Amino acid sequence: MDFRQKLESKYREILTNYLADRSEQALYQGQKLSRNAIERNIPPEEIVSIHRNIMAEMFPEKFNDKMQESFDILLEVMVAYGFAYREHQNLKHIQQELRTEMEIAANVQKTLLGTEVPCKKGMDIGAISVPAKHMNGDYFNFVEDENNSVSIAIADVIGKGLPAALCMSMIKYAMDSLPENRKTPTLVLENLNRVVEQNVDLTMFITMFYGTYHIDDHIFSYASAGHEPGLFYHAETQTFSELPAKGLLLGIEKNTKYRKYEKEVMPGDMIILMSDGVTESRTKEGFIEREELLALIEKNIHLKAQNIVQNVYKELEKLQDFQLRDDFTLIILRRNVLS
Amino acid sequence: MDNQSCVKIINEWDIVSARQLGRNVAKELGFGTVDQARITTAISELARNIFLYAGQGQICIEKLYENGKTGLRLLSIDSGPGIKDLRQVMEDGYSTSGGLGAGLPGVKRLMDDFQIDSSPGEGTDIRAIKWLR
Ligand SMILES: Nc1ncnc2c1ncn2[C@@H]1O[C@H](COP(=O)(O)OP(=O)(O)O)[C@@H](O)[C@H]1O
Ligand SMILES: [Mg+2]
Repeated sequence: MDFRQKLESKYREILTNYLADRSEQALYQGQKLSRNAIERNIPPEEIVSIHRNIMAEMFPEKFNDKMQESFDILLEVMVAYGFAYREHQNLKHIQQELRTEMEIAANVQKTLLGTEVPCKKGMDIGAISVPAKHMNGDYFNFVEDENNSVSIAIADVIGKGLPAALCMSMIKYAMDSLPENRKTPTLVLENLNRVVEQNVDLTMFITMFYGTYHIDDHIFSYASAGHEPGLFYHAETQTFSELPAKGLLLGIEKNTKYRKYEKEVMPGDMIILMSDGVTESRTKEGFIEREELLALIEKNIHLKAQNIVQNVYKELEKLQDFQLRDDFTLIILRRNVLS
Repeated sequence: MDNQSCVKIINEWDIVSARQLGRNVAKELGFGTVDQARITTAISELARNIFLYAGQGQICIEKLYENGKTGLRLLSIDSGPGIKDLRQVMEDGYSTSGGLGAGLPGVKRLMDDFQIDSSPGEGTDIRAIKWLR
């Protein structure tokens, strides 16, 4: 017996039972049958047709011509539902394909944009970056260079998902191709600004922060292209302050110049960088307050930098009911106390 | 060809005549009521497209006997403006009725064979076959 025949005989059985005792049990069987039929892609008009045929067979007299003919209308109406049902099946299939494609793309992106958090003597560095959807529109990158410094880039495309991710790949490529001697924060931003201005469409803006930590004299020099302000933790006074930085977003004006800032870092001090996905974490009550973020960092401050960023992320994720609205990136650089 | 009959589509009522013709032939060939209803729905879609987008044209129904198989061929022919991007039109969710599952992709899914030819300015020619099982 093929599935259709099985379906028909099951339907007959259920219908017979129901007409005999009008039981909830039979109705429940009917519900189970529909699940089965949907799984097997049986369109609704088939069910209507089965119903009509069985009725005609069971009640050759009572189920008269008029009653039978009335089913022509029902059938016609159900055929249209059947069309919609088939389209739905196909769209489901397409959606599955797209999802798979996105997962592959996300992996490619991970490999492409991957960066290792450096291990430097005297420094403790932690970083986390989580996309809101499949693809990440945030980007961060560490570079160690020979004169004992660590550089860090953090960027955020206004927008999310695939377009943002494509854009980020370009930034990464442009940055990798900069010659060594052009890697001071201001030169990096000025170069990238030109690349973005030339290559990215007008509706796409990128914010970026670039900083270099000189381990020998513990000076952090940096520049910002409209990026979410970083924070600075003073270990001595146990207070936070904002890292001042001004600068236009990338891609707006071809000849933008960026200003260089410097900050001396004392033992135990921390530099905290983030994307706006952190500060714009939204709860039912609105954006999280800056104080809440600082409190979260403070609560974890005795931990390693990597554990701090992870714990802050976990708490904010929970606060948002596990639904990130924006890509989330948080980075902490700490000068070790004993250095 | 004497096993082919056609209906001119000029106004909305002609859609009904095309359906009637299709149903008669489908019945005659032995298609069950469900398939009859599906075939007439397909005819409606094509005839409506002629009426809406081409202004006029015709729907033809042909009986097919091939290698011991019996089938119904549905033709929709017009010399209207044609369709520029066939690939797009054949994509689910594109039609203005998006989500209703109707339109050309719906017709294609329903039939066993579906061919469409169209060039801008020259018109549209659709041929679809449904085999009797
Ligand atoms: N015979 C035709 N002549 C010209 N254009 C057509 C014809 N049939 C369909 N089209 C074009 O293809 C599109 C998709 O048609 P269809 O899939 O039937 O969906 P809908 O009619 O709901 O838009 C139409 O919007 C129309 O632009
Ligand atoms: Mg249409």
